[in-house]
Amino acid sequence: MSVDLNSRPRFAAGCRMGENSNQRVLLMPERALRLNGPSLEIVSRCDGKHTVAQIVGELQLLYSRAEPRKVEQDILGYLALLQKERALDFEP
Amino acid sequence: MPSTAQNPLALVAELTHRCPLHCVYCSNPLELQSRSNELSTGTWSRVFKEAAEAGALQADLTGGEPLARPDIVELVRNARGVGLYVSLITSGLPLDEAKLDLLVDAGLDHFQLSFQGAREETANEISGTKSHQHKRRVLEWIKRYRIGLTLNFVIHRRNIDELEEMLALVDHSGPGCVEFASVQYYGWAFANRENLLPTRQQLDHCVERLNRAEEELRGKTRVVFVLPDYYAKYPKPCVGGWGRKLMLITPSGDALPCHAARVIPGLKFENVNHRSLREIWEHSEAFQKFRGEDWMQEPCKSCERRTQDFGGCRCQAMLLAGDSAATDPVCSLAPERPKIDAILAKTNEPLRAGPATAPPTSLLAKSDWLYRPNPA
Repeated sequence: MSVDLNSRPRFAAGCRMGENSNQRVLLMPERALRLNGPSLEIVSRCDGKHTVAQIVGELQLLYSRAEPRKVEQDILGYLALLQKERALDFEP
Repeated sequence: MPSTAQNPLALVAELTHRCPLHCVYCSNPLELQSRSNELSTGTWSRVFKEAAEAGALQADLTGGEPLARPDIVELVRNARGVGLYVSLITSGLPLDEAKLDLLVDAGLDHFQLSFQGAREETANEISGTKSHQHKRRVLEWIKRYRIGLTLNFVIHRRNIDELEEMLALVDHSGPGCVEFASVQYYGWAFANRENLLPTRQQLDHCVERLNRAEEELRGKTRVVFVLPDYYAKYPKPCVGGWGRKLMLITPSGDALPCHAARVIPGLKFENVNHRSLREIWEHSEAFQKFRGEDWMQEPCKSCERRTQDFGGCRCQAMLLAGDSAATDPVCSLAPERPKIDAILAKTNEPLRAGPATAPPTSLLAKSDWLYRPNPA
């Protein structure tokens, strides 16, 4: 299942951000995912407003020393994983 | 030296042992606690706060039936208020639309609804009560809210052949997750094991069908399957390792490393009325007992898998090997594994298992069940 660059990811029902001992986490039914660096930058933009393409663009700027193509691939892979885990919905 | 504790991640709050259902595999202990021994609203709220301070992220409100507590809305609000992710592990009884509305408003994150079968007659027989139609109504109400929903089908010999109808119910209600959790054999389920353990043929069919379901539901519903321990090659990492991730508080406030820990003789449990959660987590004798690897015997002690499965389940070792520090007898490397194989051989005897077309449980009379009662 591939991620559409024009779709707008948002948290699926039952998923939200949380924090404990200065560690940001994505909370989901029965699970939690630690968010650090790039993963935090990606997930905090999954607000139903940013398109995937916009998230990619913003992170390419943020991590300007990394190869842009690699940044895009990493983001698409991470979003696909979160979709499989039912942490995200993709709005058209 | 036992290893140092990391933070607990999840608090399992058994709010009460009272329950309108009488499931024949209930995970509550055989000795149920009465209402008069239950912790107050205030004490539970302190426990939630201490859990969050100790590093826990999640609170699973369970029972018995957590909805049997008249203060359930307040408890949800207070758990969420201290930053915990709040799940309600429930049969959906007693619940009406107004109460559901209050629970969601109080900050409930996740509703996990149990089903005892897909057919009304099976579900009612297993739960010893009429509950199935009500559960289906609850599913319809929940669709109006944007909260997490998990359907939990507890599966066993008697209902595993209803898988197709269970999947139809999943398709109809669109939960984020569905669990097909095989009964494991402790407490009430241990007492009813002969009637609950599925045959190998049933299980193979189930695994094959769920593999397909996972593909069909990808991106919509996450499918989780829990194999019965007895059919596994290696044990499960029970509770993610003893005293590593999870802390369970009983209705009267005792802190246990897992729900079945009382079957282990000689373990002394601390109570939240007398010590803080952090103190209990770090110092309680019961939590230290099987933390780390020092307690392990062979073959666990030198096994490569010990950091993955932590030797399996201590309570199962007690129940089946008579030694809580033994390798979990379901492990294919365990000296006691032949006991499990003998149980499976009996379950899969041609006469008992029957031809594939006939339900293997058709010979079973209702009176064969040992039902879990409701405590005073």
